[in-house]
Amino acid sequence: MDNKNNIIEVENLVKKFGRFVANDSLTFEVRKGEIFGFLGANGAGKTTTIRILCGLSSPTSGKISVAGFDVYKETEKIKKHIGYMSQKFSLYEDLTVKENIEFYAGIYGLSRNEIRQRSGKLIKKLGLEEEKDMVIGSLPQGWKQKLAFSIAIIHDPDIVFLDEPTGGVDPITRRQFWDMIYEASHNGITVFVTTHYMDEAEYCERVSIMAEGKIVALDTPAGLKKTFNASSVDEVFLKLAR
Amino acid sequence: MRTIIYILRKEFRQLFRDKVMSRVIFILPILQLFVLAYAATFEIKKINLYVVDLDKSVSSRELINKFQGSSFFILVDQSGSYHLAEDKLKSGKADQILHIPNKFEKDLNKFSFAKVQVVTDAIDGNTALLMNAYALSIIQDYNKDLIVEEMPIIQQADPININHSYWFNPELNYITYMVPGILVLLVTIIGMFLSSMNIVKEKENGTIEQINVTPIRKYQFITGKLLPFWIVGLVELAIGLTLAWIAFNIPILGSIWLIFLVAGVYMLVVLGFGLIISTTANTQQQAMFIAWFFLMIFILMSGLFTPVESMPEWAQIVNYANPIAYFIKVMRMVMLKGSGFNDIAEQFFALLTYAVFALSVAVWRYRKTA
Repeated sequence: MDNKNNIIEVENLVKKFGRFVANDSLTFEVRKGEIFGFLGANGAGKTTTIRILCGLSSPTSGKISVAGFDVYKETEKIKKHIGYMSQKFSLYEDLTVKENIEFYAGIYGLSRNEIRQRSGKLIKKLGLEEEKDMVIGSLPQGWKQKLAFSIAIIHDPDIVFLDEPTGGVDPITRRQFWDMIYEASHNGITVFVTTHYMDEAEYCERVSIMAEGKIVALDTPAGLKKTFNASSVDEVFLKLAR
Repeated sequence: MRTIIYILRKEFRQLFRDKVMSRVIFILPILQLFVLAYAATFEIKKINLYVVDLDKSVSSRELINKFQGSSFFILVDQSGSYHLAEDKLKSGKADQILHIPNKFEKDLNKFSFAKVQVVTDAIDGNTALLMNAYALSIIQDYNKDLIVEEMPIIQQADPININHSYWFNPELNYITYMVPGILVLLVTIIGMFLSSMNIVKEKENGTIEQINVTPIRKYQFITGKLLPFWIVGLVELAIGLTLAWIAFNIPILGSIWLIFLVAGVYMLVVLGFGLIISTTANTQQQAMFIAWFFLMIFILMSGLFTPVESMPEWAQIVNYANPIAYFIKVMRMVMLKGSGFNDIAEQFFALLTYAVFALSVAVWRYRKTA
């Protein structure tokens, strides 16, 4: 399994909470540069997996490596190479747009110059010039999500983990959000995204579908539709996850 | 180091952006200082005295007059029934009973020796001790008058004269005694609450996750969380000391640098403690209750209101683990007595040990991985 093209390698990942098995022997790999969709109903175990890959939670057993580092021993090295956006909005609501960017860029160790440059570029790209000195709590949800994503990749990570990034966001913003994901991918960042919007699954290069802690299917959207004789990923999902 | 500066900047911004909080932090302690300094006093000015005079003689009248002449006592009532007196004591209408038995004068004349009984409401032990002392001094005074009257020769023999002189607080002013301790409370309460709420708040908002996926080091995080409140605490102490000097004329006889040296170490203990609570609790309510619980115990046992020396032995032993007790003692010693480092070395090293312990536990308890 030591393929140089794989940025994440997971073999027999098991995570138990007491008797409850949240992740039941997962095996998959994510290729460098791809957009990898991680699908599943609520409670299927997606967030558990993502938290383990980010080093926020320790696995019960299994062999896992992220960006070439071992999840058990080299958690802190992994953290230098990844970005993470959780399903719970997690920027500081009482800080301004600029201050949030500065803080996260700062603790990732960017130089003062880099921070100034990237912060300026980012604010311009998101069209937040007028709002840059407003506290984040006063911005609409969609803007906050886009900002959270931009901050998650402010340090140019190898991989970014997005846990249901488009929850509670209007269709237009969702569309813009996916444009941003494509852009990041184009810049060489591998994207690992969980979602339960099936139309979003079609945007991914490969998707895995989880049900009750297990991966029940993993292929390209086209491959899945062919295998399960369905017209959309949505239909595949309903067939598998019910 | 740069990482720490970014955290510091963020913490200060958040602290001062919250207008209510930043006011609370600086205005409440000042109010507290003034209210507590005047309210927390044990001075006794008016003792309600009930007299049971069964003798009704000239001698008993003289003794009662002595009490009435004192500014400390108010004669609430007088009767021949001890039962009635006890009822008054129980209902709180009287604080003390002076009970003069019926053969008082006769015994005095016959044996040059007589007994009176003083019964004191001792619900508040400190006050009771003082009331007793006042009553005794009046009876002694009366006794001396008798000796002079009956045996003038002894007076010429120049009886032993005891002169009191109270050191360090010559006017026995309670405010002077209380304010150094109250200053300790102020910085403790602010430090404890700010630090114990802090990490919990990040847990509740979910921002802690975002921090935990960064390559930040534990010590950087804890330092960044601790330093802002450490600075706030010491600034508050400086304000408090200035006010104590201006408003209450309380001098600092010892070295101000020594006070701040000990305060610096003490604040590490308080903040370390707060951060331990913060890493343990899951919600701000939990943190609040745990912090309040420990504060209550530490404050009540600290010797602020009652001397540690008069507590039972087990309580004195418990106080070895009470940082507030150490710091109050140091503050009183340095401010009022002018003690130097050698005098307070024991307390200083106890606090230092405590600080190292609390901070190590805080760093250890803070986990980036669930």
